[in-house]
Amino acid sequence: MAGEETPARRIASDFIGNPLAVLGLVLLALVIAVAIFAPLISPQNPYDLAQLDVMDSRLPPGSKALTGGTYWLGTDDQGRDMLSAIFYGLRISLSVGVMSTVIALAIGLTLGIAAAYLGGRTDTVIMRIADIQLSFPAILIALILLAVLGQGTLKIVAALVTVQWAYYARTVRSAALVEKRKEYIEAARCLALPPSRIVFHHLLPNCLPPLMVVATVQVAAAIALEATLSFLGLGLPITEPSLGLLIANGYQYLLSGKYWISFFPGVALLITIVGINLVADQLRDVLNPRLQR
Amino acid sequence: MPVFVVRRILQAALVLLVMSVLVFVGVYAIGNPVDILINPLADQLEREQAIARLGLDKSLWMQYWAFLSGALHGDLGRSFVHSTSALGLILERMPATLELALTAMLIAVIFGIPLGLWAGLRPHGIAGRTIMAGSILGFSLPTFWVGLMLIMVFAVMLGWLPASGRGPTTLLFGIPVSFLSLEGWRHLIMPATNLALFKLALLIRLTRAGTREALLQDYVKFARAKGLSNARVIGVHVLRNILIPIVTIIGLEFGSVIAFAIVTETIFAWPGMGKLLIDSINLLDRPIIVAYLLVTVAMFIVINLIVDILYSALDPRVRLAEAKG
Repeated sequence: MAGEETPARRIASDFIGNPLAVLGLVLLALVIAVAIFAPLISPQNPYDLAQLDVMDSRLPPGSKALTGGTYWLGTDDQGRDMLSAIFYGLRISLSVGVMSTVIALAIGLTLGIAAAYLGGRTDTVIMRIADIQLSFPAILIALILLAVLGQGTLKIVAALVTVQWAYYARTVRSAALVEKRKEYIEAARCLALPPSRIVFHHLLPNCLPPLMVVATVQVAAAIALEATLSFLGLGLPITEPSLGLLIANGYQYLLSGKYWISFFPGVALLITIVGINLVADQLRDVLNPRLQR
Repeated sequence: MPVFVVRRILQAALVLLVMSVLVFVGVYAIGNPVDILINPLADQLEREQAIARLGLDKSLWMQYWAFLSGALHGDLGRSFVHSTSALGLILERMPATLELALTAMLIAVIFGIPLGLWAGLRPHGIAGRTIMAGSILGFSLPTFWVGLMLIMVFAVMLGWLPASGRGPTTLLFGIPVSFLSLEGWRHLIMPATNLALFKLALLIRLTRAGTREALLQDYVKFARAKGLSNARVIGVHVLRNILIPIVTIIGLEFGSVIAFAIVTETIFAWPGMGKLLIDSINLLDRPIIVAYLLVTVAMFIVINLIVDILYSALDPRVRLAEAKG
């Protein structure tokens, strides 16, 4: 059955045609699977103190455990299996990144559409705030917020949402301003459809493509930012060690050559971010009308 | 043009004022510095004296008012911990941060623009694809982790470079700099490279995208039709046009390099403003946090202003639009 050319199909065939994009998808799928099934595939529960043995601390990768079994990626200073710690850390990093992106997306989408559709003073106020905020680097804003708010998972999500919403608001607004002038919106208005229907059924779906690209990039940025903040000691609490905190834990042992405590969590972080960015890159090329053949 | 500059400066001053209120209230609402800064063994009298000395017994508004009138006289408060002027401490650390940031930006520009141009001219060649893959990696690598790995390889394993600190400084126009000596460079090169990586990737991608779009434009086709040499078409017609957005980004990104220096300085124990900020956050030394922010915001505003002016100097179209508007 020779299917017709639908957008979904075109995107799929473009993806398969680009090996880097396929690699990105594979990496991303792997990371998500590991994060979801971490409790099932980890050799050890890294938070269960009964399973840890201080005698096993700071062992190099491939060492045998006292209880049998192998620490493939070595152990940290508390005798925790690094592989398990990374699986669980990935779970925390990924969920914080996705959670903050979803909330920021919802806020940014609402404000951006409101700015574009209502125009006037609403538009000026919302976009001026976004502009001012975007003129400062995300890390600076997040750092100050956390210095003010203190530590904790909810607080770091709040900080990530605060630095991200403006990207979405700006993207949605510029897309919506273009779409708003098109004839189908005018037609919908002439049919006297309620504004909510015009916004949600007509305007919003057509603003989504550029938003998808920004959201993908921002998930990666949020994960990297969270890791950086946790590394600086301002992010997640020690009871919930994300990848950034695992790397920070290994920092003090680095100079004595015990590289694995910092090295492997960083590799996991890198794989996650590269996967997301490769997919985002492909999405951008596919959805960019300026590069359309 | 002057109207535009004046309006921008007024706007900037307003942003600075709003930021100072937000930051002050935010920062002064956390924790209780009395608990941290005063010896827990001190008796009640000593505690009250210390509170009065630090001005913490007054209302928040009084504290802000004292702060604001001080700020207008160039006094951003005294550090709780170091007992010296907060602004003085920041300014003392600033040359180290600026040296690091400028070196990083220089590395990014020197390597980023040629590599991006190359990748843009041959987007489907092996070199072009490799450069792009490298730039995705540069984008994705978390800065702090790369810093740790640099230390691991070049300081611990190979022992070529020192792991932390700044080299000996000499005075250049009254500013202490470390790039005049070999030992200074040995300390500078690793943190600067670390800080440059992200911007390098950004510049490669920007130059590549600009080149690809410029090559399709009519003026490039016309230049080729005139029989101009390839070097002239690319060096003059393509490069000149893509430089406009690139200069803007370099300017705007300089601020973010200074912000990211916070991370790099912490890793390499580079004695700049960023490390001072992190130390101050950990010690709840609030005058320094506030002073850092206001100094950084002021720097950003100046940078943005310079970029705007440079932009109109580089692109006549901006001037025309400005004159019409």
